[in-house]
Amino acid sequence: MKQFFSFIRKEFSHVFRDRKTLLMLFGVPVVQIVLFGFALTNEIKNSNIVIVDNAKDMASQQIITKLASTQYFKINKALLSSSQIDDAFKSGDIKLAIVFPENFYNDLLHTNKAQIQIIADASDPNTGNTLTNYVTSVVADYQAQLNATIKAPEQINLDTRMLYNPDLKGAPNFVPGVIAMVMLLVCVMMTSISIVREKELGTMEVLLVSPFKPIYVILAKAVPYLVLSLINLTVILLLSYFALDLPIRGSLILLYAESILYIVTCLALGLLVSTGAKSQYGAMTISLVGMMLPTLMLSGYMFPIENMPLVLRILSNIVPAKWFYIIIKDVMLKGLDITYIWKETLILFGMAMFFLMLSLRNFKTRLE
Amino acid sequence: MSAITLNNITKTYNKGTVLAVDDISFSVEKGELFGLIGPDGAGKSSIFRILTTLLIPDKGTASVVGFDVVKDFQKIRGIVGYMPGRFSLYQDLTVEENLNFFATVFGTTVKENYDQIKDIYIMLEPFKDRRAGKLSGGMKQKLALCCALIHKPEVLFLDEPTTGVDVVSRKEFWEMLARLKAQGITIMVSTSYMDEASLCDRIALMIGGKILSLDTPAKIIEAYPEKLYAIKSPNMHKLLRDMRTNDEILTCYASGEYIHLSFKNTTKENEGSLKKFLEEKGETDLVFKETIPTVEDCFIRLLGHTDGNSN
Repeated sequence: MKQFFSFIRKEFSHVFRDRKTLLMLFGVPVVQIVLFGFALTNEIKNSNIVIVDNAKDMASQQIITKLASTQYFKINKALLSSSQIDDAFKSGDIKLAIVFPENFYNDLLHTNKAQIQIIADASDPNTGNTLTNYVTSVVADYQAQLNATIKAPEQINLDTRMLYNPDLKGAPNFVPGVIAMVMLLVCVMMTSISIVREKELGTMEVLLVSPFKPIYVILAKAVPYLVLSLINLTVILLLSYFALDLPIRGSLILLYAESILYIVTCLALGLLVSTGAKSQYGAMTISLVGMMLPTLMLSGYMFPIENMPLVLRILSNIVPAKWFYIIIKDVMLKGLDITYIWKETLILFGMAMFFLMLSLRNFKTRLE
Repeated sequence: MSAITLNNITKTYNKGTVLAVDDISFSVEKGELFGLIGPDGAGKSSIFRILTTLLIPDKGTASVVGFDVVKDFQKIRGIVGYMPGRFSLYQDLTVEENLNFFATVFGTTVKENYDQIKDIYIMLEPFKDRRAGKLSGGMKQKLALCCALIHKPEVLFLDEPTTGVDVVSRKEFWEMLARLKAQGITIMVSTSYMDEASLCDRIALMIGGKILSLDTPAKIIEAYPEKLYAIKSPNMHKLLRDMRTNDEILTCYASGEYIHLSFKNTTKENEGSLKKFLEEKGETDLVFKETIPTVEDCFIRLLGHTDGNSN
């Protein structure tokens, strides 16, 4: 046991004396959270729109007031001709234009039919779509108010609720993704590199010719990275809680327990990589190409798995990050307990055991 | 009982395409300082790795202190000290940390076995807070030796411990080995420096995975069959070229500041006729003398090289 602790202490010394590794360990998650949280956001706020109000009557004014009361738009009012609107779109000044025709309220009252034209810049289809949806929903809202007094004979009221993330924020989606990725990075890459480094430097040769059992070499390598990953997880959770106002709805203990399960899976993968890789460079390449890419692509974090071709959907099942992503979203955002995620947990547990067995079996107690 | 025994050990790499050790058998007695002498690629490191249980031989059996290197590898790992060819300590840990770590890994403490390493560690003590990677070559080797010795091994395996180390440190290192030998530790050491060979009790001259000769350095030198001469002149390059055209000469090669040579038939006229031959070629200021062979001369003779600059 004393040997084991001495080994772990040594491993921590390696990590803390290598500034570059340390920076990568704790810098990457912080940078990713900040980047995704504040810069690379697909939320819509303060979009420039222009309203061409040719009607200037009660109805148009009420709709404009409603639009202005949301934080999505920055409204400019101007009387522009259609060619001027075109120019504004071309120069990129506006994302959306709303045109009220003359006699808007009059038409509405007397012909029971009035039109609003919405023109959106769809060069970015997501933004265009989202903005249009906002405007339509505001108009629909206004119409509902009108109908409340007018009493139309038949009508369907749409009552839409966005569960777990009513404000459609980006953070709830990417924070679990970042957690899944950072854990993978730390565990697979760092572990495999640190073992391969011992091989490359020749220290593994000395360690093997010692009474210290090879299995303990492996375990002693894994423990520090488990601890570092948990610290990392805490940093990410604190950051997202305080900086991004992301609530953690589920049990914190469950969250950490599931994370430990995922970390163990990743550590086992890292060990597996290290048994195959001959150089630190090789270990890094395998970790990056073989682990990071599938995790980014197939975990459901960047691209929805449901939209993928069948082959990729089947393939995504062997990516541990996919299951962890589901689990962590369920626990963090939906506040679900273990009864809802036992299936995913079991799959992840199976994977952890499988990789652990495989890597222990492949670990060589000799040089070849 | 011998400390180390090898029986018909063969080792190949790359699925049998590269023959590293070719059917080698020898044994090392307890308390002996045994040297494997040979150039790079002779198979020395492979033998070390087989004996330290890191590699499994293709054929043959080997044992260390009576334990089989394949079956009882776990037992061997506890009682041998191994210093691999490359500097194999943690570069980012300090001298003291390295020593403490290896002491713990071997289930002991520095304090407990301090007397074992005291002589060597005293030289390292001023640098104990320095990271191992920042030590000089000689210091690194001393630290590595300390780490290999810390658990009082019965057998010490040192693979090229003096490669890349300055002359003074090399001399110190061999003095340390002599002291360890005096304590009764069996030491197996490899080197490509021929001058170190004479410091061993017995040596095995190796090339291409085979042992060419195995005996005490004195007996190996005694067994040199021809008389060996040394010759020099102001223009060594021309001298060597001229000598190669003489068909009475069996072998000639540069060795230090002299050219060593031997004749096909040793007779009294050898010296006279060679001098005459060389003077006809225009050589002047010749120094010619008989010399005692060194291990290097024996090695070159065994290699069957008739010329070439060896060092």
